[in-house]
Amino acid sequence: MTTAPEFRLGADAVTVGYDRRIISRDLSVQIPDGSFTVIVGPNACGKSTLLRSLSRLITPTAGQVVLDGRSIASFKSKEVAQVLGLLPQTALAPDGITVADLVARGRHPHQGLMRRWSVADEDAVLAAMAATGITDLSGRLVDELSGGQRQRVWVAMVLAQQTPLLLLDEPTTFLDIAHQIDLMELFTDLNEQGSTLVAVLHDLNQAARYGTHLIAMKDGRIVAEGAPAEIVTAELVEEVFGLSCLVVPDPVTGTPSVAPIGRVRVRAS
Amino acid sequence: MSAPAGRIDFGARVIVVRRGPVALRFRMRTALVCLALGAATLAVSLVALCLGDLPLSVPEVISVFLGRQSGIVETVVLDWRLPRVLGAAVFGAALGVSGAIFQSMTRNPLASPDIIGLTAGSYAGALIVIIVLGGGTLPITIGALLGGLVAAALVYLLAYRQGVQGFRLIIVGIGISAMLGALSTYLVLRARLEVAMTAAIWGAGSLNPVGWPQLLPPLVVIVLVFVALTVLVTPLRQLELGDDAASSLGTRLEPARLGLVVCAVALTAVVTAAAGPIAFVALAAPQIARRLTRSAGVALAPSGFLGAFVLAGSDIVAQHALAMPLPVGVVTVVIGGGYLIWLLIHEARRRL
Repeated sequence: MTTAPEFRLGADAVTVGYDRRIISRDLSVQIPDGSFTVIVGPNACGKSTLLRSLSRLITPTAGQVVLDGRSIASFKSKEVAQVLGLLPQTALAPDGITVADLVARGRHPHQGLMRRWSVADEDAVLAAMAATGITDLSGRLVDELSGGQRQRVWVAMVLAQQTPLLLLDEPTTFLDIAHQIDLMELFTDLNEQGSTLVAVLHDLNQAARYGTHLIAMKDGRIVAEGAPAEIVTAELVEEVFGLSCLVVPDPVTGTPSVAPIGRVRVRAS
Repeated sequence: MSAPAGRIDFGARVIVVRRGPVALRFRMRTALVCLALGAATLAVSLVALCLGDLPLSVPEVISVFLGRQSGIVETVVLDWRLPRVLGAAVFGAALGVSGAIFQSMTRNPLASPDIIGLTAGSYAGALIVIIVLGGGTLPITIGALLGGLVAAALVYLLAYRQGVQGFRLIIVGIGISAMLGALSTYLVLRARLEVAMTAAIWGAGSLNPVGWPQLLPPLVVIVLVFVALTVLVTPLRQLELGDDAASSLGTRLEPARLGLVVCAVALTAVVTAAAGPIAFVALAAPQIARRLTRSAGVALAPSGFLGAFVLAGSDIVAQHALAMPLPVGVVTVVIGGGYLIWLLIHEARRRL
């Protein structure tokens, strides 16, 4: 971590897949440092697979994922976990666990055999709960919370890990629109405070509004990447999703906003 | 230095100990439950040391430990009764911890070594050694260990499909358990009468044969495994969060799983080798302990203390409650059966 490259995390010509099924071949990508990178694309385009290989959950069969100029495979598991946090799509809360207890599990990479609850651990958990607005829920059982609250608890757990890089795998799925926006604003805050974020999202408008760097994928390849204002066009959406649409400025933020054309029906009111 | 309440509300009282390089956090309730169960086990064990053909008083037993007794009383307490009483507590703890490991890893209260075929594997392994090689503490222990590991490997391989999922593991385990049971029955039927008799009594799960020579090897193994578990308990806790979360929080999944399974199998196998397949302790102890401590997930230490208490108590009942001593396995089956019925009724009431 002595040098400060313009990217800390990237993939160098990786081939990734599950079992013998290859999802992406020869894929290279760099996550700009300090960005809020959003990966978009249709279902099964390989965006989650890319995120999972960036977080070392799956090992590429060729090429390598690079972290701080070195192959990520050459790091110890705990070293990676001190730099790179992941909010997984499916995480399980043990029965009967309280919010604070679950958030504290995020401290694992910083703990040792006898050093399991230091003052630093306590500070990190407090800060993470404050940042996600769940301090009041601290002593509650996770099972009793609403979906939106529970997702905030998981985000707090990843924040307690205190990593400069955060990977988010479909963080807003299953949440209602208000909670989605809530969470996206939280991520933007984190990004503005210096974290580099990489998220897989389904909602193009949210991706364009909150992302600072967009990666559009299709069939395991990267079709376009860059600032949302530069790359989100009707042609790109047509190419990636096979959807004809209009791209208009978002009335609130001015960022590109996608209005699908479909079979236009205007219902009489 | 301990702070009664930190700056964080954990929903329960916690004890934080920070001194030099040590910084630990315990739930008060868990600590108290462990303490109470430990005290209860000690009390039960003291009573067990008093009971027998030569009844002794508690002060007499205590004076033996203080070195103030000699002759027959010392021999009875230290050489005859102590190994069995110690064995009951330590074996119970081993079974409780073993059950807790499996139940935590599979997230299923049914996944204990006695259900998923490991006990049956250890029993079959030990039987083969007895019948083919004629026995001996060390060969039987090794046979039980190998049998348990082979059963675990079989269950793991047959249940493996892009990782091992809890429910499939249990179903496969029950199948393997039944097959190994059939193998054991066949072995006993083919054996000479004396060997078959010994095997049958031992097969019910009994602490009768436990003296110092039978106790020491499993005791050493169990202590070593418990030491290893002080390291492995953290990965076990992280695994509860699911593979992705555990892995991204810096846990190496496969080494952790392998280490935990070997520990759990070793605990069951050495107990089975020394005392036969004692049923239900591994199944019931972790769940009862969880209800007592109200902890998140299945905790190892309380399960161990509860297992110790249950087996120590069961052995007193087995030896002294009826006119004729019973194998302790019969008592644990009755207690465990009662627990299962309670569990099923309780769960049914809660859900309906």
